[in-house]
Amino acid sequence: MYVAVKGGEQAIDAAHAWLAEERRGDPSIAELTVPQIRAQLALAVNRVMAEGSLYDPDLAALAIKQARGDLIEAVFLIRAYRTTLPRLGSSRPIDTGRMAVIRRVSATFKDLPGGQVLGPTFDYTHRLLDFTLMAEGETPPAQTRPAVQPAGQGPVDVPHVTAFLNRDGLIQTEAASDTPPPDLTREPMELPAARPLRLQALTRGDEGFVLSLAYSTQRGYGRTHAFIGELRIGSVAVELEIPELGFAVEIGDIELTECETVNQFTGSKTEPPQFTRGYGLVFGQSERKAISMSLVDRALRWKELGEDFVGAPAQDEEFVLMHADNVQATGFLEHIKLPHYVDFQSELELIRRLRAEATAAQEAAE
Amino acid sequence: MTLPPRADWMGLLARAKPDRLAQLFPDLPPHDLLRPAEIGAVMVQGRTGAVGQPFNLGEMTVTRCVLRLACGTVGHAHVQGRDKAHATRAAVLDALLQTDKALAVAASILAPLQSEEAARRAARAAKAAATRVEFFTLVRGEDQ
Repeated sequence: MYVAVKGGEQAIDAAHAWLAEERRGDPSIAELTVPQIRAQLALAVNRVMAEGSLYDPDLAALAIKQARGDLIEAVFLIRAYRTTLPRLGSSRPIDTGRMAVIRRVSATFKDLPGGQVLGPTFDYTHRLLDFTLMAEGETPPAQTRPAVQPAGQGPVDVPHVTAFLNRDGLIQTEAASDTPPPDLTREPMELPAARPLRLQALTRGDEGFVLSLAYSTQRGYGRTHAFIGELRIGSVAVELEIPELGFAVEIGDIELTECETVNQFTGSKTEPPQFTRGYGLVFGQSERKAISMSLVDRALRWKELGEDFVGAPAQDEEFVLMHADNVQATGFLEHIKLPHYVDFQSELELIRRLRAEATAAQEAAE
Repeated sequence: MTLPPRADWMGLLARAKPDRLAQLFPDLPPHDLLRPAEIGAVMVQGRTGAVGQPFNLGEMTVTRCVLRLACGTVGHAHVQGRDKAHATRAAVLDALLQTDKALAVAASILAPLQSEEAARRAARAAKAAATRVEFFTLVRGEDQ
C-alpha cells in the first residue's frame, strides 16, 4: 500500500536558512564578491563553465559562491540555468588556428614555428606553499617582451603542429565536413555514438572521471602511446551567422584550451602505419581536462582505426559516455539519501518472509 | 577614419566592455524596439582535430536586440553575455553607423574601442612573449 506523507516543511526552511548563514561564514570576515571569485578563482570558474557547458564567467562565479565552493553543485546550478535560455543559434565552427595564444607547448617538436610559449603555468613551480599569499603581499607584475611575429604571418595566425606532419602524410588526416553535429542537449544520446557526439560528451564530462580514464590508458588499459603534439590556450572569436543580415558577425571572444595528441600506430588491417590523433577542446584554461579528453578520444577511436577491442574501460564507449556526466551521476547517486520509506518497507517485509520460510524449512528438516 | 565593413563594427561593439561603451555613448537617441533585448544561448561549435567534422562544444550566453531609429534605419546586435543595455546600445550604434552620422560615430566610438582593444591584446601578447622559450644547444662531448 502506498501511503503519501507530508511534513518537514518547517525543518526544510530552517535548514535552508542555516545553509545561507553557513555560506556567509564568520560575519567578522569580509564577504567574498562574485567579481573576486571570477578574477581570483579563475580556474574553478573555468571548470564550472566547461562542465556546466555554458560559457559565462560571471554566472559560473555566482554559482561557485552559491554552492559554497562545491564545484559539482555549481555545475548543477549552471546546467539548470542553461535550460531556461532560448537557443539563439549555433556558431560557425571556431578556428583555433587563429587563436590569440597565451600558452603553446609541444612535446614532439622543439622548434615549432611561433615558438614554445609557457604562459601563466604551474609547470616548473616547486609546489611549495607560498606563505606570502597569506600575508596579502603585493604581486610583482608579469614581465613583458615585444611580441615578434614570424615573417608573413598575421598577428593571430598560429599553425597547428599536426599540419606539419600532415604535409608529409605521416599522420592520419581529418576529413573536413559541414554536417550539422548531433547535440546531446537536444536528443538523447544514442550508441554507437559518432566522434562529434563523443567529443561533446567528453568536453562537458567530469574532469576527475576523464582524467582517471586517460591515466588508465597510459598504465596499459588500452594503451595508445600518446605524445602531446600541441597544447594551446588562448582566446578565439566566436562567429554567428545572422539570418536577417545574411552574413556572420563576431559576437565575442572565448578562452579555450586545445590539445592534440600524436599517437604511435603500427597499422591495422584497414590503415597503414602512421601517426593517429586524439583531440581535446575545453572551455577556459583547463589543461588537465583537455589532455585527458584527447587521450580518451583516441582510445575510443579503436573501431574506425581497425584496432582490437582489448576490453579496456577507456575503449568502452557505453562505459565512458554514460558515466562521464557528473550532474547525472550525482543526481542518481544522491537521490538514494532521500526518503525511500515505502521501498524499504517492502524490502523489510520480503526479508522477514524469507527468514520465516527458511526457519520453517529448517524446523521441518529437523 | 574610414568606415570598416558592417560585420567588423558589429564585432567590435560586441567585444567592447559594456561599461566602456556606456561611457563613450551614454545617451541613446529615440528608437523603436523591434525585438527588445533578449538573453539566450548560442551553441559554440569546434571541429574534430581542429579541422575536421564540427561538434558541439557548449553554449555561451548571448544577448540580442533589433531596433529602428526615428529615421527608419534598423540596427542589429548580438553580444556575448547577459547585458541588455550593452545589446541595446550596440544596436543603436549599428543603426547610426548606417546613417550620414556614420563617420562621426566611427571617430568618437569605434576608434577608441579599436585602439583600446589593440592595446589589451598587445599587452597580453607581450606577457606571452616573455614566457617564450629560447632553446640553446649544449656542446656535446664528442664535438670538442
